[in-house]
Amino acid sequence: MVGIKSYGAYIPRYRMNHNTLFMAVAFLGSFPAPGENAVANHDEDTLTMAVAAGIDCLSGMKRELVDGLYLATTSQPYMVRQNSALVATALDLQSDIRTADFMGSTKSGTTALLSAMDTAKGETATNILVCASDCRLSKPGSPQESLYGDGAASLLVGNEDLIATFEGAYSVSYDFPDRWRASGEKFEHAWEDRFIRDSGYSQFIAEVISGLLKKYNLNIKDFARIVYPGLYAREHGAIAKRLGADPSQLQDTLLSTVGDTGSASPLMMLVAALEDAKPGDRILVVSFGDGGDAVSFQVTEKIKSAASRRAVKKHIASKKDLASYEKYLAFRNLAPMDLGMRGEISIKTPMSALFRERKVILSCRGSKCKKCGTPQYPYQRVCVNPDCGAIDRMEDYRFSDKNGVLFTYTGDNLAASIDPPSVYGVVDFEGGGRFWFDLTDCDLDSVKVGMPVEMTFRRRYVDESSGVHGYSWKAAPIRA
Amino acid sequence: MAEGIKDKIAIIGMGCTKFGELWDKSAEDLMVDSFKECMEDAGIEKKDIGAAWFGVHFEEQSVGKGATPLSLTLKLPFIPVTRTENFCATGTEAFRGACYGVASGAYDIALALGVEKLKDTGYGGLPGGPSLMGTKNALIMPKLTAPGAFAMMATRYFSVYGLNPEEGKSMLAKVSVKSHYNGARNPKAHLRREVTEEQIIKAPIIAWPLGLFDCCGVSDGSAAAIVTRADMAKKFRPDPIHVKALQIALSSGEELMYTKWDGAHVETTYRGGRQAYNEAGVKNPREEISMAEVHDCFSITEAVTMEDLQFSPRGKVKEDIEAGRFNHDGPQPIQPDGGLKCFGHPIGASGLRMLYEMYKQLQGKAQSPERQIKNPKLGLTHNLGGFPSMNIVSIAIIGL
Repeated sequence: MVGIKSYGAYIPRYRMNHNTLFMAVAFLGSFPAPGENAVANHDEDTLTMAVAAGIDCLSGMKRELVDGLYLATTSQPYMVRQNSALVATALDLQSDIRTADFMGSTKSGTTALLSAMDTAKGETATNILVCASDCRLSKPGSPQESLYGDGAASLLVGNEDLIATFEGAYSVSYDFPDRWRASGEKFEHAWEDRFIRDSGYSQFIAEVISGLLKKYNLNIKDFARIVYPGLYAREHGAIAKRLGADPSQLQDTLLSTVGDTGSASPLMMLVAALEDAKPGDRILVVSFGDGGDAVSFQVTEKIKSAASRRAVKKHIASKKDLASYEKYLAFRNLAPMDLGMRGEISIKTPMSALFRERKVILSCRGSKCKKCGTPQYPYQRVCVNPDCGAIDRMEDYRFSDKNGVLFTYTGDNLAASIDPPSVYGVVDFEGGGRFWFDLTDCDLDSVKVGMPVEMTFRRRYVDESSGVHGYSWKAAPIRA
Repeated sequence: MAEGIKDKIAIIGMGCTKFGELWDKSAEDLMVDSFKECMEDAGIEKKDIGAAWFGVHFEEQSVGKGATPLSLTLKLPFIPVTRTENFCATGTEAFRGACYGVASGAYDIALALGVEKLKDTGYGGLPGGPSLMGTKNALIMPKLTAPGAFAMMATRYFSVYGLNPEEGKSMLAKVSVKSHYNGARNPKAHLRREVTEEQIIKAPIIAWPLGLFDCCGVSDGSAAAIVTRADMAKKFRPDPIHVKALQIALSSGEELMYTKWDGAHVETTYRGGRQAYNEAGVKNPREEISMAEVHDCFSITEAVTMEDLQFSPRGKVKEDIEAGRFNHDGPQPIQPDGGLKCFGHPIGASGLRMLYEMYKQLQGKAQSPERQIKNPKLGLTHNLGGFPSMNIVSIAIIGL
């Protein structure tokens, strides 16, 4: 038997209130529905959110048990250089694992999940971490701008200690040209909304659900929760009605709180459903995009063991309004902002050094002296403890999962930043170790010496001239 | 048993250009200017120089690598020239090289010259880009600037000694008021305007809690020294100035990566100071050091340096600052020439600029009577290169 062992999610801290959006783009004839979207900070993207969701999912678990990582997205930073391998490195997973990117469609989240189920049934790998994440760029003033939100979900798939068992699936595939983005393009194109709604959304979802019910001889009323994306609010309810479901069975679409998170959307809704699920509940998860997948689960007694996750609920509650639309444009590099000549200094990433130092840079690993027990970041060969000084007596030591307290900090207006002041400080880690890090997701006024912090994987820079997206770890106030 | 450098070396000539945003002067112009003054002061000819040491830090911004920029500019006749680079201690390192060269007996006379041309970058502050940790700099370090790195020490100092931001900023403002007073009276200084504590506190924040007037000038400039053996010095002039101590101390990594350092002082300054006092035979620095030019890249740096050099007891510098101890008319004048704060900070020249001021004061030759400190016996110079948690400190003590 295979199924879900654990769940996690990530929603960025910032929200774009639709009123803010309306004030900025109403002149274009764009009238967003009431609500807000989760928007990634300037240092977040698909991969950083996938890592954050993965950390949430794996909290309290041994990372060594993971032997595969499947990443689903439509907004991957790299076309060549495997995004899932980068996420796996940031998660400090073993290197003898299988990684794969599932891209190109908003149904890729459920497809990755199904592939993980198939993998877990076989003999080559049993514990597959599925991360679905999307941080889609939309044209200013476009309908997608208020529809799309940024977020990620993560599910650990395996064959024992399951919180929900995999009960079956049904898929349909159509070359449905509702939205498309060719290689090298920045923004999506979309066909008329009414076409998408009538020929795609309402058809495919009904088709996969009916197909699944028939295949497994189930009734729609058998499901405690039915999860499918809510691209069109009215049609969302109408589909259920036509299938004979009660509106109370429908899982909240997160549309007014987070937005449509693309490939992550059905999995984030699944995570939210699991947060409230009782043993015995059947959950039906459906994706939409070039057809769709329907996946059926049944919740087990072990569901209670996953309760300590931040998941969807705690992340939704932990938020801050983005002050202005212009700030959003700056974060997404949609309007050229002057960072001064200091900001024009370009960074050429030495890739060979990045690979050599990947454990330090991407996995946030340092070393711990086997002689005196002092943790130190980055990795040292000579112990930094002045009373020890042992040479080559180190073992690897992971700092990404250690919290710390802020030893000191500043808010720097001279450093080039798209979100000045640039806040950074020195972190003293619980259990030992000290280093300086950028701080993120915080406001200078709320930063204090002694403040507890946690580590978060973030994008450091994008070097347009070489196409390199650079990542490293930052410190942030403990989120929830 | 090492004897140390005390009284083996004498300075017989020094030169220092005006510091500032010298748009019409190249690094080469500045080198020639400081060299000219230095040679005239020493009363020697170029053929008398046995070897030279050349200090420049951001060579990519100005003169390029190696020591040939000095030999080519000054047309030095095929003598040994060595380039030194050690962050803000670069100038003092050039001086140290020249002194050790002469002390070894290899040369009778040596030149040390430091220069920096910082104002060709197109923006304020020091040039950006990777520095402290090489390639790792851009990959794991926060986007640090110098004001930010030292601001973190101010945050820490306020926290450790229980100062609220108003008390802390008021203490730091008084440091800058004093340096502006001194700089305003020095014709060679970069910033020559007196400012009030209120102006300083209300100035824009550069890196919290440091504001504009907590930061030193970023300047172009050059300074130079000619040194010889102490037993030869009187042949050149009646008032040579003797080297009493030359020390440097470098961070071991424990400040940044171990968790014992309190972040409210600079360990290298304390250790380097102790070594220098030992070498010079100074027992009570608060009483015996007549005056000092310390590395006041930021007001907080000067404040903690007073404690690290044992001019003030730990955590008590605020009382000394408020009592005016370090003012020009106080018992232990600090930054009589305006300091990095107002004289300016062309990195490779700064250490030699400090020595220039101490040298002139010891000879009683400050440009004007109001600048002259009365009967100084020992002058100390101090450079701090890098950041409080990761740095190089150089200390020199000179006297009659």
